[in-house]
Amino acid sequence: MKRALLSGNEAVARGAYEGGCLVAAAYPGTPSTEILEEISKYKEIYCEWSVNEKVALEVALGAALAGARALCAMKHVGLNVAADPLFSSAYIGVQGGFIIVTCDDPGMHSSQNEQDNRFYGLFAKIPVLCPSDSQEAKDLVIKAFEISEEFDIPVILRMTTRVSHCKSVVNLGERREKEIKGYKKDVSKTNLLPQFAKRRHILLEEKLEKLKEYSNNFPYNRFEEGKSDLLVIADGVAYQYAKEVFKDASFLKLTMVYPFPDKLVSSICQKYKEIIVVEEVEPFIELMVKSLGFKVKGKGYLPKFDELNPDRLKVFIKKEEEKEKKSDELPRRPPVLCPGCPHIGTFYLLQKKDYIITGDIGCYTLGALAPHYAMDTCVCMGASITLAQGIEKVNKRINDQRPIISIIGDSTFFHMGVPGLLNMVYNKSDIILFILDNETTGMTGHQDHPGTGRTLMKEETKKILPEDIARACGIEKVYVLNPYKIRENKKIIDKLLKEKKQAVVIMREPCIFLKKREKPKEIDIELCTGCKLCIKLGCPAISYEDNKAKINENFCVGCGMCIEVCPKGAIK
Amino acid sequence: MNKEITNILICGIGGQGILLFSDILGEVAMENGFLVKKSEVKGMAQRGGSVISHLRFGKEVYSPLIPLKEADFLVSMEKLEALRYLDYLKEDGILITDNFYMPPLPVLVGEVEFESHTIDKNLKEKVKNLYYLPAQKIAKELGDIRISNIILLGFLSNFLPFKIDDYLKVIERNVKKEYLELNKKAFLKGREIFSQ
Repeated sequence: MKRALLSGNEAVARGAYEGGCLVAAAYPGTPSTEILEEISKYKEIYCEWSVNEKVALEVALGAALAGARALCAMKHVGLNVAADPLFSSAYIGVQGGFIIVTCDDPGMHSSQNEQDNRFYGLFAKIPVLCPSDSQEAKDLVIKAFEISEEFDIPVILRMTTRVSHCKSVVNLGERREKEIKGYKKDVSKTNLLPQFAKRRHILLEEKLEKLKEYSNNFPYNRFEEGKSDLLVIADGVAYQYAKEVFKDASFLKLTMVYPFPDKLVSSICQKYKEIIVVEEVEPFIELMVKSLGFKVKGKGYLPKFDELNPDRLKVFIKKEEEKEKKSDELPRRPPVLCPGCPHIGTFYLLQKKDYIITGDIGCYTLGALAPHYAMDTCVCMGASITLAQGIEKVNKRINDQRPIISIIGDSTFFHMGVPGLLNMVYNKSDIILFILDNETTGMTGHQDHPGTGRTLMKEETKKILPEDIARACGIEKVYVLNPYKIRENKKIIDKLLKEKKQAVVIMREPCIFLKKREKPKEIDIELCTGCKLCIKLGCPAISYEDNKAKINENFCVGCGMCIEVCPKGAIK
Repeated sequence: MNKEITNILICGIGGQGILLFSDILGEVAMENGFLVKKSEVKGMAQRGGSVISHLRFGKEVYSPLIPLKEADFLVSMEKLEALRYLDYLKEDGILITDNFYMPPLPVLVGEVEFESHTIDKNLKEKVKNLYYLPAQKIAKELGDIRISNIILLGFLSNFLPFKIDDYLKVIERNVKKEYLELNKKAFLKGREIFSQ
């Protein structure tokens, strides 16, 4: 059998391929992005970057209603954006199998919260499968298509960062084409007018009862008898950590956590006096097991925050909680804007000022940190433009004169910025909106979007420019600037900040990963006076040694922004 | 404990080729019949941050993360990062690190003070099996500073039970054609240094 070392996300893509998936849609978001990137390598599957997660879910649902197997993928907070169609999809059901992949991020490696999307299953009444490694991720995609078709219901596949991004060995199979049933008119099923929806809800409750029986007999909900008197109940990657730590324990590995396999869990739990539940973030399984009347140890021993690891689980074995040994206090090395990043040019001009700056989600959120301190808020996709409007309404009343600036990236602007911009014009807010257009979805690793003129399947398409959208929304002052031209931009931006009138400024320069590296710049030590103005840029390629600036040739991409800010002409 | 699992932690700064290092080694281990688990976190800005990759292989591997004090090897592309993740290294584990130091941005911009000479002192005090390798310097001599990761991989390979050809085959699959010869040269150079 052919084997490959695949990440969980690559395995989901492989499962989609082998399972005969025909349509896949997503908006990129860590840790989910690679699923669609991998799917795009299989020519049998139509795939797209949708403009946001709500759109992605609806495109995939539409495909499922047309009788094909379909999948959408998103990070955990993306499912909030897609929550509206998610709830309705449970009522409507499917024709072809339909999977919603959500990749949660315990530990918040690249997210704004730690929400536990297993609860979306309970809330939206949709079955939830939780793989614990890549092989399971692949197998469960195929299984989820079957469940979806058998019970006429969408299925959530809940991944986490450590399942999505860990690589493990996977056995590969062949693709099985699925016959496409085609779109069938069935208005009472697909049109949720109240009179139809009432019936659909009753039907959904009946399906969930049947699915509970299915879950009780689901072979991936598995009992493994051990030597000791301890029973460990675990799901996802937490199961792998627990297997590492509790070598002699019996295990109840749960994979379909909703509908909860109550009979299976009860029949096993009653044989054990000591039961612990190992799961990340929220006590989902713990609450379910407790509701069946069993005493378990879980949260309280384990934290409700951050991700788990094998060391954290040792709190169950050690009498006294042994603190994880910490190295001596070392300076942190936080993620920073890349050397030559065009965002640096924008933040250099806005840094450390008394402006109100609402921000958004992207690499540029790092503008909040040293040395720029030029971003006050980061809430969710698109919130930069809208939060600013609320602040502006208050500030007008109390005569607060500080300029109000919103900063959003190009991909985020297309995702959820446009309605906010419409609102800004319609409701007359004087905000200076910066769209940092690096012509890609930068933070997730350079995915195409409506502004790039290319689809995920690498087809040419119409290129939509943010300045055209801004003008169409009714903005009169629209500027397109090159962020590397710091001196020129300073004049224009200072004027706008003084006027404090509605304006959109597009800072356009491709992400450094999309360009060829130029020759690294060098410091002329004779001319450098050690004034540190170039250090203020916050470019990681520039350091300071023996009272002179120094450029690290391994990191420098030769963008020349430092030349713009050096008053002595010491950089070449 | 875990005698049958080999644990290798690879760390450095985003942009130094840490993930390529562990991808190659993971595939070599798989092709030698081991089960492999490999974990790292992606996202946020790609260059300049602290990056870590866990690689484990053996007959049966559960956790994709290496428990503290269980790493047989710690390979670091930068020495402050080596010190940062030292808690993962076994008492008798082996540390291989580039002796290159890159001050983190908070130090560069003067927000945090740090005496960098304490790094060497700390490493020498705490690690029994310590190998400093000027990988970046050697890489520059070979013609491209970006291949220091493969030089370190070549050096590490002396301690692992896989054949040179196994590595070269996997390197061929994982790097662009135009850089293949350079990468092979880097691997062999790293491998040689140990016996010198």
